[in-house]
Amino acid sequence: MFAGLDPLFLGDAGTIEILLIVILKVVIAFALLLVSVMLYIWWMRKFIGAMQNRIGPSRAGPFGILQTLADGIKLFFKEDLIPNQSDKLVFKIAPFFSIVPALLVFTVVPVAGDFSNSGDGTVTWFGNKTFVQLADPHIGILFVLAMSSIAVYGIMLAGWSSGSKYPLLGSVRASAQMVSYEAALGLALVAVLMKTGTLSTHDIALSQNGGITNWGLVITGFIPFIVFFIATTAELNSPPFDLVEAEQELVGGFHTEYSSIRFALFFMAEFMNVITMSAVMVTLFFGGPGGYYPSFGPAWLWGLFWFVGKVFIFASIFVWMRGTLPRPRYDQLMDFGWKILIPLALGWVLLLATLDVFEDRGNDGGLSQILVLIISVTTLTLLAGLLMKSIKIGKQRRELEGEEVFG
Amino acid sequence: MSMLNFFKGFAVTFGKLNHATKSGKVVTTSYPKEKRDKPPRLHGRHVLNRYDDGMEKCIGCELCASVCPANCIYVRGADNDPTQPTSPGERFGFIYEINYLRCIHCDLCVEACPTQAITETKLFEFSFTDRKQAIYTKEELVVDDTGKPQHLPWEDWRPGEDEHTSAWMRATSPSGAASYEGKVQWAAELGYGTRAPEKGQSKHNEEGNQ
Repeated sequence: MFAGLDPLFLGDAGTIEILLIVILKVVIAFALLLVSVMLYIWWMRKFIGAMQNRIGPSRAGPFGILQTLADGIKLFFKEDLIPNQSDKLVFKIAPFFSIVPALLVFTVVPVAGDFSNSGDGTVTWFGNKTFVQLADPHIGILFVLAMSSIAVYGIMLAGWSSGSKYPLLGSVRASAQMVSYEAALGLALVAVLMKTGTLSTHDIALSQNGGITNWGLVITGFIPFIVFFIATTAELNSPPFDLVEAEQELVGGFHTEYSSIRFALFFMAEFMNVITMSAVMVTLFFGGPGGYYPSFGPAWLWGLFWFVGKVFIFASIFVWMRGTLPRPRYDQLMDFGWKILIPLALGWVLLLATLDVFEDRGNDGGLSQILVLIISVTTLTLLAGLLMKSIKIGKQRRELEGEEVFG
Repeated sequence: MSMLNFFKGFAVTFGKLNHATKSGKVVTTSYPKEKRDKPPRLHGRHVLNRYDDGMEKCIGCELCASVCPANCIYVRGADNDPTQPTSPGERFGFIYEINYLRCIHCDLCVEACPTQAITETKLFEFSFTDRKQAIYTKEELVVDDTGKPQHLPWEDWRPGEDEHTSAWMRATSPSGAASYEGKVQWAAELGYGTRAPEKGQSKHNEEGNQ
């Protein structure tokens, strides 16, 4: 199961060859991810500076492109302070709970390969067919969810082990937010998985070959993408959902007591997650490396081009949101997650499932597709109305009991 | 409609990306590379002025030292040598020191000075690595033969910046009052940097606060 579907493991390649290719892939993926994080942070600061009528970093290297490197070196040489009251072992380990899942998520993302209409998403390296992704386990996309859940541990343990109450409060705030939005994230995923019928990220990307109408975005009907996008933003603690840190308003949050390279790891994990989650989004909804493949040049390079281009656009949209949207209040955040996103995602999954079942059964019951659609939508609207009503009544009751009710 | 307004915000920030437009104009500068003009009343490091004939204006009266709220000025006066006077009067300041670790640039010394000997330039970009360097002595403070302040090695003078450095401006300038409009508030004998009278409050905005 670990080997997954990669033809490298199914072919007749020798053990040494497989090992070398895998090691090569690991090194390239690791290095590229770190460099892209560095460049992304620079790009974010430049872009957001431009949106705020500033220049942005301009000193280190041409256009300040080495600014992140300079910051990293600075953080690396700062004193690594470990508070007296902290649980020292957990305090030291916690940042790695953050950074390692961020790195691991990228292993299942198909980065390049021949995803043209007739392609099978493979590339031939040293005479061996293989995928341009580190691993393609059968559980694929569930691995992404698992990793993003483990990242919550990093934040929770970091806050708890600091031995100080502000980081603890910050980590509780953070983990509540991340756990809440993970539900919406998962439900939005279900829609894609139902339509593509596979968990393997490579197969999901491959099933979207052949133009925009085959993209997950279109075949699932836009709503799962919107839910997924918003939930991802909250999951990444990226603005406008960065209440976890909220530099302008609160004490630093879960990483208040961290300094030096451990702080840098949290910081890096945060931005690495933006890139990896953008990559996951591209894989799920935007056809991964799929796109227009001209006849010249190696096909896998075009795959890389489309993939990087799409990820770059998404990563920039995150920056755009960072520069535009103000933070919601914490109760608004929770309300939005639980009362809007989760019911919406759930309802959409039900709708898609109904239509799928109808298609599978065929028209044997004498119902037309339109009728099924109307009945489903009416039912769901009714349910949504009941939900809204119950929320409203609950709010009124709390007001009657004299509790303070926001929003 | 609230949904539409939500996206309007995105349009606003996107518009800022074009630095050629008015709303996207960059408001910051790459500071040490390029400097923006300083306000006309900026209080910077002091100079000790001279008359046109090279005589020092300071008479060693110590009024500046006594008015200084930060106690950063140290002055000692001495009698002039009748054959080779340093200043036109009886006495001159033979020690004059300002401690820039203490100075708050309030300009009260400039107001107190009866002979307009001490004025302030607009230079604030100077730094030192030593406490002793922070104490400017008379040799460093006094203007050179052309009436311009000396350019000391640890000070960041740019071309043209010493043109208006006799920026003698009272801390509470009476020129602000309407009745002083159009009147020169200082004797025009300052050697260098004599300036036109202030235009007063009514036209103050036209003059432009950079």
